Amino acid sequence: MKSVKSMVSRSKRQNFIQRLGFAGMTLAAMVTVTPIILIVILIFWQGAPAISWEFLSGFPREGMRAGGILPAIVGTFWLTLGTGVIAVPLGIGAAIYLAEYSPDSPWTRIIRIAIINLAGIPSVVYGLFGLGLFVLFMRFGTSILAGSLTLAIMTLPVIISTTEEALRAVPNSFRVVSVSLGGTQWQTIRRIVLPQALPGILTGVILGLERAAGETAPILFTVAAFFLPQLPSSVFDGTMALPYHLFVISTQVPGMPLRIQYGTAVVLLTFVLGMNIIATILRSRARARRQW
Amino acid sequence: MRNSTWREYIITRLIKLSGYSAILFVGLIFLFLMQEGAPALIKIPISTLFSTRWYPIENKFGILPLIGGTVVVTFGAALFAVPLGLATAIYIAEIAPPWVREILKPLVEVLGGLPSVMLGFLGILIVTPFVRTTLDVPTGLTAFTGALILGGMAIPTIVSVAEDALDTVPRTYRQAALALGATEWQTIWRVTLPAARSGVLTAIMLGIGRAIGETMTVMMVTGNAPILPTGLGALFRPVRTMTATIAAEMGEVATGSVHYHSLFLIGIMLFLISLVINLAAASVVFRQRKRAERILS
Repeated sequence: MKSVKSMVSRSKRQNFIQRLGFAGMTLAAMVTVTPIILIVILIFWQGAPAISWEFLSGFPREGMRAGGILPAIVGTFWLTLGTGVIAVPLGIGAAIYLAEYSPDSPWTRIIRIAIINLAGIPSVVYGLFGLGLFVLFMRFGTSILAGSLTLAIMTLPVIISTTEEALRAVPNSFRVVSVSLGGTQWQTIRRIVLPQALPGILTGVILGLERAAGETAPILFTVAAFFLPQLPSSVFDGTMALPYHLFVISTQVPGMPLRIQYGTAVVLLTFVLGMNIIATILRSRARARRQW
Repeated sequence: MRNSTWREYIITRLIKLSGYSAILFVGLIFLFLMQEGAPALIKIPISTLFSTRWYPIENKFGILPLIGGTVVVTFGAALFAVPLGLATAIYIAEIAPPWVREILKPLVEVLGGLPSVMLGFLGILIVTPFVRTTLDVPTGLTAFTGALILGGMAIPTIVSVAEDALDTVPRTYRQAALALGATEWQTIWRVTLPAARSGVLTAIMLGIGRAIGETMTVMMVTGNAPILPTGLGALFRPVRTMTATIAAEMGEVATGSVHYHSLFLIGIMLFLISLVINLAAASVVFRQRKRAERILS
């Protein structure tokens, strides 16, 4: 029979291993998270001094080495808006179909697999696709329209999956009551389910558009211009865009002042981070308010 | 009344249509990649295609160095991202107190949302000189630099999927293990993690898929030299990945040229790779769900 002493020493050893293990895991989590904080602080620290009214509202001058980045800001704004106009109705529609209508059939499974695949396709392949279909085949040229369509298809899976999750979170009893009161299926969805799921849907939409706003590879061949001296005037115009502009000034233009590079980075980061924070707040507020 | 039935009918149709649009888009993507990429298979002899020199100006379209570049960078990224990502997921799901969890989860999400071009920008300014001086190599634009940053970008995917998987392991599993005298540490390794292993596997696969498809960061920090990487030393030399090749060269080719078609051919390969990875990941999830249903019924 094992002595009590050896059992005690064994449990002591296990305790020690556990403490060591937990410390290791904590360390790993810190190693993962610290760079994120450092990156954000660094960009704001270095970039904030570059921000001025002239930088935000002026055109690039002297081969982009001076002046502002207005065309890139405006371009990213229009691209994000265009992406939203196309992807939001389509994505929410698809999510409604999956959550509320779709039968459990092989076709539904194929739709799901298609969405999973859309989510996994590399962004540069979306760029190729947009070039092949929208720019060349449909003759949209390198334009905001072609870029928005490309970004929209890329964003679709994010919007669909988060919206579907939000719809499924609405308890079934809500639907049962509405239908039993004589509501049709669409009336139930429109008046009962969608309003309840709205915060969750908005969160998904914003997260999707955030991704679209920061992407470079899909717009490389479909819309982005190296330098344009004027703002776009229609959806068939090409435009500068913040992410592509940051790429250009940090790799393609020699003798670029660091100040402008960091300034551009801070504007892009504010854009993206702002959307992220709005989404996070929306989600936590919806969670806190939820009554079921 | 009649009017509203009509409207309902049309809306239902539209919703169904948008549901099926996902299939349409995947089909369209494949179709257009094939249309533009397949001619490369006819115009470029197979022996050239599988040679080790990518030099389009001299009609040398050997894709092996590009595949090698992608493999090296992705493998390197996985070396960082898998242990760190899993450890972070375990920490968040099993160890961290609730308030720490509430801070860490959105932070990791922020990392996932940072534009890749911005990480590339910081990579050039900070990581590249750091790699050059600490490793004493002629240039900091190496596969290692790319792997380092790419690993960071794959981590959010791994963390969120793995954390979800750990979260769905029933509480009773853990309670049973603890009641039998296991320490929390033993419970994590012998009970929770094995129970969540298919989800963890999915997390790793999706993370690697993310790393393979990443474009801007790799293009900016890996030096873009299409040389077939051989041996471990290749990690510390410049490489060029498949994605970076497309992004860097598509802007300069003439539409319809052999070079143009060859870039689409690389796109087809990337499409197929992501298809395989995602189908595999999905099948793991589907199988797991079936098993769970069997157990519950």
